[in-house]
Amino acid sequence: MTEKTSGSTGVGGITAAPNKQTIQDVVIRFAGNSQDGIQSIGGLLARLAGRTEKDVMTYMTIPATISGGPSIFQVRLGTGDVLSAGDEVDILVAFYQHSYKDNIQTLRKGGILLYDSDNVQPDPNDKTYRTVGVPITSRTVEAIGGTAKDKGKNMFVLGLVARTFDLDMPKLEAMLQAGYGRKGEDVIRNILGAFHGGYAYDIGKLMETFEFRPQADRAGKKKVVTDGNQAIAYGAIAAGVRFGAAYPITPWTSVMEILRAELPKYGGMFVQAEDEIAAVAMACGASYAGHTALTGTSGPGLSLKSEAIGWAVMAEIPLVVVDVQRGGPATGLPTNVEQSDLNIARSGSHGDAPRIVIAPGSVEDCFYTTVEAVKLAREYSCPVILLSDQALATRVEAWDMPDLKKHVTDISPTFEPRGPNFKPYENTPDGIPHHAAPGTPMVDGKYPIVTGLEHDEYGHPASRPSNHAMMVAKRRRKLQMLSLKLPPPEMYGPPEGNVLLLGWGSSRGPICEAVDRARANGEEVSAIHLRYLLPLQAGIQEIMQSFNHILVVELNDRGVYGYGQLGGIMRAMYCDPRIRGINKTDGLPFKVREILDQLHQRLPAVNTAGMD
Amino acid sequence: MTTISTPTIELKAYTKKELVGDQPTWCPGCGDFSILATYFKLLEKRQIPREKIISIAGIGCSSRFPYFVNAYGVHFVHGRAAAFATGVSLTRPDLHVCVFSGDGDAYSIGGNHLTHAARKNIKMTLVVMDNQVYGLTKKQTSPTSPIGFKSKTDLTGSVDHPINPMKQLIAAGATFIARSHSHMPNHVADVMDQAIGHDGFSVVEVLSECTEFFPGAFDGANPRKGGAFTLVPKEHDVTDEAGAYKLAMADFPGYFGVFLKVNRPTKNALEAGLINDAKSKIGTAVPLEMLQKSFDRFA
Ligand SMILES: Cc1ncc(C[n+]2csc(CCOP(=O)(O)OP(=O)(O)O)c2C)c(N)n1
Ligand code: SF4
Ligand SMILES: [Mg+2]
Repeated sequence: MTEKTSGSTGVGGITAAPNKQTIQDVVIRFAGNSQDGIQSIGGLLARLAGRTEKDVMTYMTIPATISGGPSIFQVRLGTGDVLSAGDEVDILVAFYQHSYKDNIQTLRKGGILLYDSDNVQPDPNDKTYRTVGVPITSRTVEAIGGTAKDKGKNMFVLGLVARTFDLDMPKLEAMLQAGYGRKGEDVIRNILGAFHGGYAYDIGKLMETFEFRPQADRAGKKKVVTDGNQAIAYGAIAAGVRFGAAYPITPWTSVMEILRAELPKYGGMFVQAEDEIAAVAMACGASYAGHTALTGTSGPGLSLKSEAIGWAVMAEIPLVVVDVQRGGPATGLPTNVEQSDLNIARSGSHGDAPRIVIAPGSVEDCFYTTVEAVKLAREYSCPVILLSDQALATRVEAWDMPDLKKHVTDISPTFEPRGPNFKPYENTPDGIPHHAAPGTPMVDGKYPIVTGLEHDEYGHPASRPSNHAMMVAKRRRKLQMLSLKLPPPEMYGPPEGNVLLLGWGSSRGPICEAVDRARANGEEVSAIHLRYLLPLQAGIQEIMQSFNHILVVELNDRGVYGYGQLGGIMRAMYCDPRIRGINKTDGLPFKVREILDQLHQRLPAVNTAGMD
Repeated sequence: MTTISTPTIELKAYTKKELVGDQPTWCPGCGDFSILATYFKLLEKRQIPREKIISIAGIGCSSRFPYFVNAYGVHFVHGRAAAFATGVSLTRPDLHVCVFSGDGDAYSIGGNHLTHAARKNIKMTLVVMDNQVYGLTKKQTSPTSPIGFKSKTDLTGSVDHPINPMKQLIAAGATFIARSHSHMPNHVADVMDQAIGHDGFSVVEVLSECTEFFPGAFDGANPRKGGAFTLVPKEHDVTDEAGAYKLAMADFPGYFGVFLKVNRPTKNALEAGLINDAKSKIGTAVPLEMLQKSFDRFA
């Protein structure tokens, strides 16, 4: 729990009433089994937060096996900007002995263990945290009318939490009605029974309760609560995508599930292909035919798509490829996060195959980067790879309702007659081709062939040495033109100082929070976030010059030569030996503390600010 | 997808001559020539607007086909033409989609895509020019090469059991399957015409001799070379899958003609049905309204 104004990370509350503390934010971890509906408590809390001007970020693990098993959902609720899911847990809710054992190390010193006293026996000798036992199982059974089933424990716990944090009961109740009402009288009666049972339980006797400090500037902003994959799917629809194809793979799959269900309403379709190669081929076909298409996958599928992505580079066809990264290589870690597909995204096809690579930094950004990916693919007529990851895919965040009017686009093809002497691949200064979708009349009666062979300006196969050199340069030039138009990288903290953290993708939140903490501690640390990974934004070098140390923070290995994937690219780009890495490969998102620990390890003198 | 209206400027009838694209790069005598000539003839006969014709191919000698036709065309990657064509066919019901492939392209590297395009009954016509050898890469064993065929990858003769394309296609669920021989151009024209007219995934497997690397491969099916060109018996019921399978089991040279022709809804039609159902539920809402509704549910 943090009280932001004091900048401390311990229990810093102002006592408003006896046993009632005012807090800025709180991290609660629910630990049980997947069939306990842990996810729905988290989801409901997240949505409630979105509706009550609280910010929220969640973190969950779902067992890789389908047959249930341990599951956690961590939610951080706050009334300031919530940047990460929280390093340390303030309140651990443990359903079982194993939940307690496996998660107790995440509870901060002085935190609260709220456990089901019917199932859990905490270690009586451990005095580093406080324990509050509630007979969750038996009370749930009682609350829903004495059946022996303990289904509904999640709702009982939700009630307990609502009471503890003085949450908006009518809103929560309305959400339960809306969410479960359709499942029948009995179901909703049991759910509300359990929920009220939890709320009525006099938790205030056992521990203090809390209320959130109101935040004036939050009021009135309409929020939506989604995970990253939902944001990608609806971003694609907003951008006008009406055809896509993919093969299921965790953690990408829910994007295709949503699009399969939604696109028909918009006159479109999403095809479940026989494999990732077919999926990207179908997307190439639809894009070629005039309907800019989207395919998506996770690491193993991106490997399979490489050849056809190269074809789209060569044929200069717009294409959006979403990669929701997981741990690799091979099957790797299907339900963990890693940022280790950057290299294959940037250069994962044979030959010189320039494409655009962008990465969202938050759930909200998943929406906007997807919209942008479609736009860029069409503007530059090339593949755009969107690098999301498992953490963004499964995390639920509240974000400002997008102004859809600004983003809903109609990208259906047009067929004005072309020619005479139509040159789809004319070697213009900007290098951008001008395709004619099939169906377009050609006034001189000559129709273009689109090929993966090197070709001349008409699209005719041509292997002349000078032609290949010209066309390779033309395809590369498009990206150089784009790099000139990109906005400067997003700066967090002052534009000069001692240490510059450089990050990309889902690590943005923890990196920004690390900057906050370091600065509160008197250290001159700032960060830049790179949204565009190919081409890179201009101005990075100038920013780096205003710092003594540059640390590239990424969830991948330090590699043979000591730099992570972006770190290596930065070194090659700027030949700056000050560039070093903060890397991690445990399959989990960065904790703020982990970034700061590595920072301090690598730069022992960093505490003395401005050490030049 | 929603029907697309495109402008047409070519109102006058066209002749074969206007369909001629690049000069074919095939070896003299290559069987593929006769299939190209047949294609010109059929398009001329059907007078499909030229901007609505699209020829799609993977990689191989046979797959160079699109360059030789002056209409829209795509030269995709090796083996994946059917998948590419699926994306075209599903989004552009107004186009006339023909895929040209070789035995390696269709049955080896592209085998999976062939199977799934067939089972999904994607509206397109696939012509496989089967020369029982890899032509473009200069004589390696193909999935249809007979046992004992001496190639650069089987110097002492191929040992691997060959694929029987007709069995494969029947099992995959293709809704129109025919077999022909490039030395019998009238027969090729007849079955290709039927294939093009079929509403669904139609395949014509054409024995097409590679004079360079497997000359004489199909003499046994060429009456002018003393072979037997046996037509599918008149009494064969083209809707009878088991009967078609029996025809497919005959030893070389086997039967020629239409083995199977069944009606099953195309994926194109089924997806259009899903779109209609969805649209009838939402009424006249425009994309912005529908999307706003989704976001309101997240609020
Ligand atoms: C991914 C990939 N693998 C291999 C090749 C090389 N290759 C090109 S065509 C071909 C075989 C073509 O045989 P077939 O499909 O029978 O066509 P034909 O030349 O006999 O008409 C091969 C192996 C390639 N282009 N791409
Ligand atoms: S190599 Fe064979 S298949 Fe290729 S063009 Fe020559 S004859 Fe035809
Ligand atoms: Mg061949």
